[in-house]
Amino acid sequence: MEYIMPLWPAYPELFLLVMACVILLVDLFISDDNRIVTYGLTQFTLAGCALLTFFTGNAEPVYTFSGMFVDDLMADMLKLVTCVAVIMVLVYARAYNAARGLFTGEFFTLALFATLGMMVMISANHLLTLYLGLELLSLSLYAMVALQRDSVRATEAAMKYFVLGALASGMLLYGMSMLYGATGTLEITELARLANEGVRAQVVLVFALVFIVAGLGFKLGAVPFHMWVPDVYQGAPTAVTLFIGSAPKFAAFAIVMRLLAQALGADALTEEWRNMLAVMAVLSLAIGNLTAIMQTNLKRMFAYSTISHMGFLLLGVLSGTIDGYGAGMYYVTVYVLMTLGAFGMILLLAREGFEAENLDDYKGLNRRSPWYAFLMLLLMFSMAGIPPTVGFYAKLSVLQAVVGIGLWWLAVVAVLFSLIGAFYYLRIVKLMYFDEPVDTAPISASGDVRALLSVNGIAVLLLGIAPQPLLVLCIEAVRASI
Amino acid sequence: MMQGLPLLSLAIWAPIIAGVAVLLTGGDRNAQASRVIALIGALIGFAVTIPLYTGFNTQAGGFQFVEMRPWIDAFNVNYHLGIDGISLLLILLNSLTTVIVVIAGWEVIQSRVSQYMAAFLFLSGLMNGVFASLDGLLFYVFFEATLIPMFIIVGVWGGPNRVYAAVKFFLYTLLGSLLTLVALIYLYFTAGGSFSLFDFYQAQLPMAAQVLVFIAFFMAFAVKVPMWPVHTWLPDAHVEAPTGGSVVLAAVMLKLGGYGFLRLTLPIVPDASLLLAPVVITLSLIAVVYIGLVALVQTDMKKLIAYSSISHMGFVTLGTFLFNAQAVEGAIIQMISHGFISGALFLCVGVLYDRMHTRNIADYGGVANRMPVFAALFMLFAMANAGLPGTSGFVGEFLVIMGAMQVNFWYAFAASATLIFGAAYTLWMYKRVVFGAVANDHVAQLKDINAREFLILAVLAVLTLWMGIWPQPFVEVLHVSVNDLLAHVSFSKLPTQ
Repeated sequence: MEYIMPLWPAYPELFLLVMACVILLVDLFISDDNRIVTYGLTQFTLAGCALLTFFTGNAEPVYTFSGMFVDDLMADMLKLVTCVAVIMVLVYARAYNAARGLFTGEFFTLALFATLGMMVMISANHLLTLYLGLELLSLSLYAMVALQRDSVRATEAAMKYFVLGALASGMLLYGMSMLYGATGTLEITELARLANEGVRAQVVLVFALVFIVAGLGFKLGAVPFHMWVPDVYQGAPTAVTLFIGSAPKFAAFAIVMRLLAQALGADALTEEWRNMLAVMAVLSLAIGNLTAIMQTNLKRMFAYSTISHMGFLLLGVLSGTIDGYGAGMYYVTVYVLMTLGAFGMILLLAREGFEAENLDDYKGLNRRSPWYAFLMLLLMFSMAGIPPTVGFYAKLSVLQAVVGIGLWWLAVVAVLFSLIGAFYYLRIVKLMYFDEPVDTAPISASGDVRALLSVNGIAVLLLGIAPQPLLVLCIEAVRASI
Repeated sequence: MMQGLPLLSLAIWAPIIAGVAVLLTGGDRNAQASRVIALIGALIGFAVTIPLYTGFNTQAGGFQFVEMRPWIDAFNVNYHLGIDGISLLLILLNSLTTVIVVIAGWEVIQSRVSQYMAAFLFLSGLMNGVFASLDGLLFYVFFEATLIPMFIIVGVWGGPNRVYAAVKFFLYTLLGSLLTLVALIYLYFTAGGSFSLFDFYQAQLPMAAQVLVFIAFFMAFAVKVPMWPVHTWLPDAHVEAPTGGSVVLAAVMLKLGGYGFLRLTLPIVPDASLLLAPVVITLSLIAVVYIGLVALVQTDMKKLIAYSSISHMGFVTLGTFLFNAQAVEGAIIQMISHGFISGALFLCVGVLYDRMHTRNIADYGGVANRMPVFAALFMLFAMANAGLPGTSGFVGEFLVIMGAMQVNFWYAFAASATLIFGAAYTLWMYKRVVFGAVANDHVAQLKDINAREFLILAVLAVLTLWMGIWPQPFVEVLHVSVNDLLAHVSFSKLPTQ
């Protein structure tokens, strides 16, 4: 393959890197009262990054940096939504962080470096690039979780996250080294070609696959590699939980695609990882949904619900078809949209000295504010996959991909567990609508949060009434890239 | 000019848009405004369905008022609407019921009025959507979406045990419909990548697949009807729901199940339907007889009517699976008639409950002395529920029993038992509540129904009598549709060879 060496496909990443360093320096000269400048600069950077991604986007894949970096339609889409998601996180988190002394330069620079890590992961065409992005993301996230250094729970969560995350990275590296041993290359397109041409070291490749799938399982938070998810979600400050629960899922999806669908996408290998993913998916659906029922802490409940959603995502991927990958991408986009809204609601209701993270804090929300209760109702029904919200179409497209390859029993298992899932989402609606309020403090939030949260909630409904555009975008992006 | 308007879309979206308008009136300070807007919305919703009836060609087969637009190209899903005689009557029933429910809740509902009214308007539009859909996925979306407003209605304005009832209702019905989703996706692939019901009708399926699809559909629709033994959510939901909720639940929502059997199960998997008909018929007869006996021993009026609903809906499933024109028409007539009668009975109980705040039969006695007008209307509906000739209750049951006689004498014999049990539990309840000496001080202070209550009961009374005495206008729209359906079902869809 002949490589061109233009810089422009990497403009978004370069811009982000430069700006992150600038903000790091500028922030040193800003007093605590003017921290809003850092916030503004960060949002400007992310918006600029999103625009650059949009304008440097192209339908055909472009390789650069000697084939280590790829810019294809899927990468453009995922980077765009990643930037948008991070922008939303920062808007939601502003008041919450300000009340807790987290409205600091460190938070913003870490968020920017984490975003850079995600973007590098998304565009990786080389296992080293991929690992570089992954570590940049992970290290930033560990630090963000530990940012509230006086909180015992946060410190413990950060410790767990770090140890397990390092273990997962190790597994992934080990798998990659086996891949290198078997094929003599680290480049993803080259790996795919070799694997397709006829695998010379089948056994080694399958071993590599096991370690890679385990590493990916850790990063996604799929059972049986899910142990860190509930503790980190609950222990981290809600703003950080929102960050961890949203944008990094795009990056995680991207590396699943790059490693499994592209590098190891040969038919014989697909057969192997399909079974592994099927087991992980079913376990995630079962354990995620069943354990979520028992939770009284909303953040922990969402952690288990995330595990079950990752199970659904894996179902889309394991079908191994373009439609299935497209369904997976659609699912992860919809999932992040819902997560942003749900955690946005927690952040909205939280105030100084009050976290709004217990289920009982949502009692009688309809009496306190019918509008926010309605938005939360839409978000919960969407997570449960009830039409006409967008969550239904996400589940539908995944189920369709699964039934399409003849695994209809997997679809039956998935819908039965989503029935169990419906119960705990329903419980939130029940608390908001059927019970009397316990907490009667007025809801105070700035105009930008109110507006964004409203758009976020209504989007869940509107994308459900007109699901076509986003769905087609996802399928086409995958088709043009894989 | 009427032909130019997308009437079916209007029937679906007019109530939904009105619902949004009602929600925008905000809190209870503007309660009167939300009531008025809701009434206007419900009346518009009803008005747009009248041209459907007057413009309906009773001689033509197939679907009329068809609308078709692409919706989700990626899955080849279309916004495809159209009605035949079966859906026409149910749409009319639904839109009329919405008007009645809005009026019935006029004074009774005092808290969160706008949300109450909006929920019913959304529900009305969504159910019209179910009855008008000719695309499998569109049908499913409307079918499932109806759960959300009903869940809220039962849970927010219901009785003391409302949370349990609402959650049970939701999860029970969701369990049924999720498997239907898998079945629909399976059919999508066998029908060559389309969700259109017409493509489903043409798809050839081996028997094993048909049976599995049948079971999946059966789970959804049997829970909705509800059939014995998956009926247990209904008495709970009914007892706890506010009056309006009970009316819509009994009058329209249960029909989604009966309609699903006619529109999906029978034409898509005819061979499995024929194979498994004895099972369905047995379950239906158990519902008719056993649930009739259960109704007899109830002490709560709403529960009694709820069990009576299950028993009467047994006729609908029985008629549907007898596969002859009389029985199927009887089943459909029974659905409409049950819509009028059970709706009216729940309204009657609501009238009493609003005054006495109890539904216990034992707390009443001698109501006729204080509420003569009410007692007369209540009498009519009780008689209709017992299947008295001259009321709508008779027509449907008679047709189904006649149809059953053609198939098997014992089916007809068992089904006829309902005429005895129905009379027994309804009239015995009526006697204990209405007749006799004034039972206590509370009854002594009762005031007769006001103009608003009289209006809604009188409308239903007229319809009940009209359908009983001169059912022709109702039956004639059905003939061609039912014959088409049965003709389609008589062809095997098993793959040749």
